[in-house]
Amino acid sequence: MLKLENLSKTFGEHRVLDGISTVFPEHETTVVLGPSGSGKSTLLRSLNLLERPEAGRYHFDDELFDFGKGLSNKEILSIRKRTEMVFQEYNLFPHLTVLKNIIEGPTQVLHEAKDTAQKRAQELLVKVGLGDKADAYPSQLSGGQAQRVAIARALAMQPKYILLDEPTSALDPELELEVLKVLRQLAQEKQTLIIVTHNMAFAREVAARVLFIENGQILFDGPKAEFFNTKKQRIVDFISAMTFENI
Amino acid sequence: MQKEPVLLFTRSAGSLHFPTGSLRKKFSQKGCEAGMWKIVTDALPQLIVAGLQYTIPIAIISFIFGLGLALLTALVRISRKKSIFFMVLKAFFRFYVWLFRSTPLLVQLFIVYFGLPYLKISGIAPDGIKLTPLVAGILTFSLNTGAYCSETMRAAILSIPKGQWEAAYSIGMTRTLALRRIILPQALRVSLPPLANSFISLVKDTSLAASITIVEMFEVSQQIAAQNFQPLVMYCLVAALYAVACTLLSWLQGYLEKITSRYVSNIN
Ligand SMILES: Nc1ncnc2c1ncn2[C@@H]1O[C@H](COP(=O)(O)OP(=O)(O)OP(=O)(O)O)[C@@H](O)[C@H]1O
Ligand SMILES: [Mg+2]
Repeated sequence: MLKLENLSKTFGEHRVLDGISTVFPEHETTVVLGPSGSGKSTLLRSLNLLERPEAGRYHFDDELFDFGKGLSNKEILSIRKRTEMVFQEYNLFPHLTVLKNIIEGPTQVLHEAKDTAQKRAQELLVKVGLGDKADAYPSQLSGGQAQRVAIARALAMQPKYILLDEPTSALDPELELEVLKVLRQLAQEKQTLIIVTHNMAFAREVAARVLFIENGQILFDGPKAEFFNTKKQRIVDFISAMTFENI
Repeated sequence: MQKEPVLLFTRSAGSLHFPTGSLRKKFSQKGCEAGMWKIVTDALPQLIVAGLQYTIPIAIISFIFGLGLALLTALVRISRKKSIFFMVLKAFFRFYVWLFRSTPLLVQLFIVYFGLPYLKISGIAPDGIKLTPLVAGILTFSLNTGAYCSETMRAAILSIPKGQWEAAYSIGMTRTLALRRIILPQALRVSLPPLANSFISLVKDTSLAASITIVEMFEVSQQIAAQNFQPLVMYCLVAALYAVACTLLSWLQGYLEKITSRYVSNIN
């Protein structure tokens, strides 16, 4: 379980996250929605410590980290091993083959034996539908393939949480579908996902929970069904704008 | 071994046995073309020996030391460590790079070889720091090329997109591991052409070692020219030899670029 209490992050004068408190239960997919610039990426990156909030408490299972006091490198690394980030622009390592991209973390960070790591990497590639791409370089992949490799790379670390920041925003609809299918399967297998997306149909399909942020504050935090049937005008407007319905 | 500074410009060529007299005779008998050929074939072996004995080893050894120093300098300068020790270290390396990029290489050679003997440090070097010409040369060339290459490497490291760092951090890597496994291999590819540039410059700059009494290729060409009175031929010949060496290096560069770029898409 991952729990945030009063998380705050400012860039200069700009308060991007303003007292965020929420719980991300395990084995559930949370979809984070909100208008552009609302702080979704910052929230996700804070969970993986790519951003350091200046205040707030971060509970990971029964460990407590206090951002106000600052985190040691060791604490940061221990959190990062349990959370994996999937980026909008994939960020595969271009100098490594697909297989080596996937085993890099397990062998270098988790110190797994190379052959075990390779065997699992191959299985993960099959799982994301790229069993034949082990020896390709990232530059030889389409965007949809690259993002699926990035998902396999995240899975290879066996993290508790996978954090995906607009994983399909750089893809055209057909390539997006390849990725979304993989994510749906992961959600069905109870892999914990936290996904920032603008794809409402996908959110409606895979989310268990929805977090709606605006101006760095949570406007909605609850089950998917409740979100899509809410009477809150701001959210009704947002949904209809995103789905182009009732306009 | 060490000559007095005063001997610097009196070039004694006692060790060279060049048949000046007979050559001049042939020159006038058989006409210009054959004479020229003889001058070249007589001089070439000596130049090549000097090149293999001094020019190339000095360039290679200095470049290896220089690269090590450059990497160290670049890593210290991009380091995020905030301790006093690191701040001082950073300032020191910044000063080093500034110093060696802002003064002429020839002057640097003179200071190290002719100047340091007058630097008397009681306890450590009471009689001044006296280096053999070769040590002084290699030291100066290493420091000089290290300063330039460190800037190349620093720029190359900084050119790797932030997303690569973030992806490495996300799989739990420390900064050091991310540098070693993810950033440096990519930075190396980026820095290859400018590093090759520096090496090619260094090969040519070793000719300045002649001025600190090292009998490298250019020095030998001067000695021969002083004997056969053919400075134009001799200096063009030695220029051609430098050109050959640098051309081979450009080919090597092309080859290295090719194998380090395997993973980049084949658009270019
Ligand atoms: N490194 C930074 N320095 C300064 N400002 C930043 C930085 N990163 C983000 N911001 C600002 O913080 C605000 C929130 O950014 P964030 O990327 O979290 O929004 P977002 O909800 O992900 O938006 P989008 O949907 O466009 O991706 C924006 O106004 C952005 O300009
Ligand atoms: Mg964003």
